[in-house]
Amino acid sequence: MNMRNIWFIMKRELSGYFATPVAYVFIIIFLLLTGFSTFFVGNFFERGEADLYPFFSVHPWIYILLIPAISMRLWSEERKNGSIELLMTLPVSVFEAVLGKFLAAWAFTGLALLLNFPLWITVNYLGSPDNGVIFAGFLGSLLMAGGFLAIGACISATTKNQVIAFVLSLIVSLIFVLSGYGIVLDFFSGWAPTTLIHAISSFSFLTHFDAISKGVIDIRDMLYFASVIMVWLFANAIVVNARKAD
Amino acid sequence: MTLRIEIEDLAKHFGAIKAVDGVSFSVSKGEVVGFLGPNGAGKSTTMKMITGFLAPTRGTVRVCGHDVLTDPISVKANLGYLPEGAPAYADMTPDGFLRFIADIRGLTGADKKRAVASAAERAQIKTVMFQPIETLSKGYKRRVGLAQAILHNPPVLILDEPTDGLDPNQKYEVRTLINEMAEDKAIIISTHILEEVHALCTRNVVIADGQVQFDGTPSQLEAMSVYHNAVCVSVANVDGNAFAAFLNGLEFIAKIETLSANRGFRIYPSNGRQITIELAQVIRGNGWEIDSLYAENGRLDEVFRTITMGGTGSLRSSM
Repeated sequence: MNMRNIWFIMKRELSGYFATPVAYVFIIIFLLLTGFSTFFVGNFFERGEADLYPFFSVHPWIYILLIPAISMRLWSEERKNGSIELLMTLPVSVFEAVLGKFLAAWAFTGLALLLNFPLWITVNYLGSPDNGVIFAGFLGSLLMAGGFLAIGACISATTKNQVIAFVLSLIVSLIFVLSGYGIVLDFFSGWAPTTLIHAISSFSFLTHFDAISKGVIDIRDMLYFASVIMVWLFANAIVVNARKAD
Repeated sequence: MTLRIEIEDLAKHFGAIKAVDGVSFSVSKGEVVGFLGPNGAGKSTTMKMITGFLAPTRGTVRVCGHDVLTDPISVKANLGYLPEGAPAYADMTPDGFLRFIADIRGLTGADKKRAVASAAERAQIKTVMFQPIETLSKGYKRRVGLAQAILHNPPVLILDEPTDGLDPNQKYEVRTLINEMAEDKAIIISTHILEEVHALCTRNVVIADGQVQFDGTPSQLEAMSVYHNAVCVSVANVDGNAFAAFLNGLEFIAKIETLSANRGFRIYPSNGRQITIELAQVIRGNGWEIDSLYAENGRLDEVFRTITMGGTGSLRSSM
């Protein structure tokens, strides 16, 4: 694998975000949503605790809505305007291209996440939070965003239509979150064996993210997100290979 | 002669549709092969397989000795490719786009700068280097694609309809550019503009229904025309019927045809040989004054139609 190629593809992709208003619109909406839900849904002030738990706990839901908006164009746009033929006849491997594009989207999401720093300043001003926990929260959120992006990137490669890519990614992301939710697990708990229920809940982003965002950096949760990303990116490469010329 | 592109028994089937079915030919350094054929004949599909974009159902392609199936990266590094429709990243400027291509092609520093400047110069896009590609006209977009293909000075160029959408001046410039590069490269261009056969190509490969129907020089292609070496002649102050009777009596003439509006006759030689001089001599020998007399080279559009619309087999050249 040629790291230079990955870097160049990432750089090109990333500059593409900022060539259009997409990046700015996304970042503003993201900040508005996180801000709004932290204060009004998560009751940041009413809780009276100096932490960012209300902030992080809404991330899965915000990501479900916004990450597909970033990932939808990754491959479907290339397929639609034919530039995929150009990209795939340059001396780069499919996986280098997959990784480069994914990393660009991930770096962009990371930037949007970092721009929430005023919130971090606020809690540090108002009280003395455990900054280790907050760091873990950011890390977990970033990893989870990577998981959503990998799903979205793979789905984006299956269609030339960005709207379809968006909707499908949203649904698959929703499944990956909801599978850890009480209501869904209750549905299975009456009849399904516990190992299955356990398996379903262990597949959920929510289960793994919750632990990290509370400050518990467990290597298994990290590995979970890393493997979700790898599996979906691997599938992404396979889909690109199979569908690039359609 | 160094073989740069070797294609053997290449085939691509999409389900029951045989888009390309057993194409074989090779291209050496210094050759410009005009890849002709009607729309849907398999030109683009063949090019996509040569460049490693599409995996063939059967057969092999080697570019500069590298097999596209086992070593696609080396193949891609050795060729410049202008895909059909010249796709590019619409939101980039030609400058940013070419610098990205240069990066991927492994060019750095001064080499990169020089390569981008030279490609922009040769493709004549210097005036639009900092406008988003999506705002450019079709002709400029095509030339941005061309600049991208020639940027790294590749030994092999595959150009899918490089002059499509260009005005006559731009076409002329692109042809000049290709001719300039022809000497030390192996080039395949696809086209259905038949005038390019002479303007550009040292050899032609005609495909139809996914198979090679002709592989030979432009002159050989023309020689297949029924009009090849036919002579149009008109004489002054002679009764048409008398003249026709005289022509019909000549043993080197196979057939004559009356042209409309008193423009004389078209004369088809027997066994396709050149008869201009002979004919002029016998007409003058009869004391007639020649108004006009010219030989035809052959009509490519007619040959093209014959080759691509059936009557194959026998038309294969000896090459």
